[in-house]
Amino acid sequence: MQNDVITVSHVFKEYLTAAGPFPVLKDVNLTISRGDYVAIMGPSGSGKSTFMNILGCLDKPTQGHYFLDGHAVDRMDADAVAQVRNKTIGFVFQGFNLLARASLQENVALPLVYAGIDKQERLARAQVLLEKVGLAKHIHSRPNQISGGQQQRVAIARALVNNPSLILADEPTGNLDSVTSEEIMALFAQLNAEGITIVLVTHETDIADHAKRQVRFLDGRIVQDVLTHNKTLSEVV
Amino acid sequence: MFSAMLGEAWHAMGANRLRTFLTMLGMVIGVSAVVLMMAIGQGAEASVKRSISAMGSNLFIVLSGPPNMGGARSATGNAVSLNVKDAEAITELDGIASVAPISTGKAQVVFGSNNWNTDVIGTTASYLDIRDWNLTAGYSFSDSDVRSATRVALIGDTVAQNIFGDDIDPVGKTIRLKQNPFVVLGVLAKKGQSLDGRDQDDTIIVPLTTAQRKLFGNQIPGSVRQIMVQAQSDNVMVLAEENINGLLNQRHRIRDGADSDFSVRNLTALANSAAETTRTMSLLLGAIASVSLLVGGIGIMNIMLVSVTERTREIGIRMAIGARQRDILMQFLLEAIGISIVGCLIGILIGVGGAYAVNAFTGTEIIIATHTVAIAFGVAASIGIFFGFYPARKAARLNPIEALRYQ
Repeated sequence: MQNDVITVSHVFKEYLTAAGPFPVLKDVNLTISRGDYVAIMGPSGSGKSTFMNILGCLDKPTQGHYFLDGHAVDRMDADAVAQVRNKTIGFVFQGFNLLARASLQENVALPLVYAGIDKQERLARAQVLLEKVGLAKHIHSRPNQISGGQQQRVAIARALVNNPSLILADEPTGNLDSVTSEEIMALFAQLNAEGITIVLVTHETDIADHAKRQVRFLDGRIVQDVLTHNKTLSEVV
Repeated sequence: MFSAMLGEAWHAMGANRLRTFLTMLGMVIGVSAVVLMMAIGQGAEASVKRSISAMGSNLFIVLSGPPNMGGARSATGNAVSLNVKDAEAITELDGIASVAPISTGKAQVVFGSNNWNTDVIGTTASYLDIRDWNLTAGYSFSDSDVRSATRVALIGDTVAQNIFGDDIDPVGKTIRLKQNPFVVLGVLAKKGQSLDGRDQDDTIIVPLTTAQRKLFGNQIPGSVRQIMVQAQSDNVMVLAEENINGLLNQRHRIRDGADSDFSVRNLTALANSAAETTRTMSLLLGAIASVSLLVGGIGIMNIMLVSVTERTREIGIRMAIGARQRDILMQFLLEAIGISIVGCLIGILIGVGGAYAVNAFTGTEIIIATHTVAIAFGVAASIGIFFGFYPARKAARLNPIEALRYQ
């Protein structure tokens, strides 16, 4: 097994606008090893969201290479990328993004539908994960019947259901109060302790402090890459 | 995975029941209209075909009087110019199977205390063969009855019902026509309505001579208003018509270019054109009904487009967790097909029910052919695929990042 989950080398990303190409990422390099817990920080417009989209295989770099679990994602076709999103990555969003019509159990089981797993096993695995995040009693509830913190737990359970190599969390506590945020961060810490690699995007420093490593973006470049408690690994200016 | 997607489609249809129902209604109305119109159209076709076969095949009727006369005009058949000898001469022509001279009138028929006004046809024994008309009881009169003008009669089903009822066997009974006693030799099989809607069973057939001498009288002995001619086959119809015209012109001493005093009508051609008209009508009804099916399909497309827009975020989520484009395409396509197929099934039920209701209330003949129903079903499913495809493809081609950001 590859020791580096993520290897990003010389990645550029440009958006085509009416005023010509607009560069968002300029020569980004980053390696994240298995079991790491990285917070990506930076002001709006720094390129961190675009970088997350590339890490999540929702977007492709204009130039440069991205290896996920040793596979060159930038050279895959759409179906293969969909499979990577399904099996290798678990997404956690700021807005939870659960399906309102489906029960919690069905929500958690949804990625398994696209993995081609039969219904009985889908529901069984979803139930195990809902128990793990402390929502065993609510498996038949709808998302609108539970609190925001509980919804985010469901989203985390959904992210975990296919045993991914990587969890990508985009502002996972942005819609939550501070107490609930702490609970969610504790859950992430527990998952990381179990060996799951986590990358989360946040602009709150106290949230970022939960991570082992903090990467800061500014104007499309990584300007700081430090271990938490101010142990600087490297600095790019 | 497919069954999971069917489940998803079913859930999506149930999520907004009123909207799904209204969308379906377009299909329901379209399909039920097609099924109903086809049932009525095919029923009409079948009843026309039956009338044609009841009439007999390869028939001409020769009417006395010119097709049109200069100066004062009278209805064809008024001037009596044909006679029994003409009929006998036609029999000798090539391509002719059978000939029956006919003299008709109306008479009151009496049996016991019952009486009934009906058509009386005076003709020869060959008439029944030409009309392909069987007897349900008794036997027919013979040529010798015609020669000796015996008072015998064959009665139609309607006449039998009206003067004898169900309990009395008419065969051998004596009925009275214009005060003359007639022995009922046989009862004619039921033929139903003719092409122009007359009841063909409301009739009595007697020997030609009897009709002329004992019932209606005749100014010129042996003259008849009509001669029915059956050609040997469909192929010789044209030849037979030419031969009849030539023969009668010669016999009646009609000079070239002068108006003839008779006219020959091809009944089979008339009947076929009636059948053609019915078929056209039936197709037209089907075509009009199909338009509503098309409108129903457009309704599905419209709602699916709205649905894709409303569920943009859901599509983004599904893509983020690993749905491929074709999974999204299939999901929306199945939903569109689901709506059209369920709508179609309801439409078929309503169409078939409506057809039976039409039959029950108006007596109009209906035919529900399995293949019409199957075609309606196939067309509805295709409409679901056709009109569902564009919205589904639109959904599948969404950019996941934009879809996830969609509020």
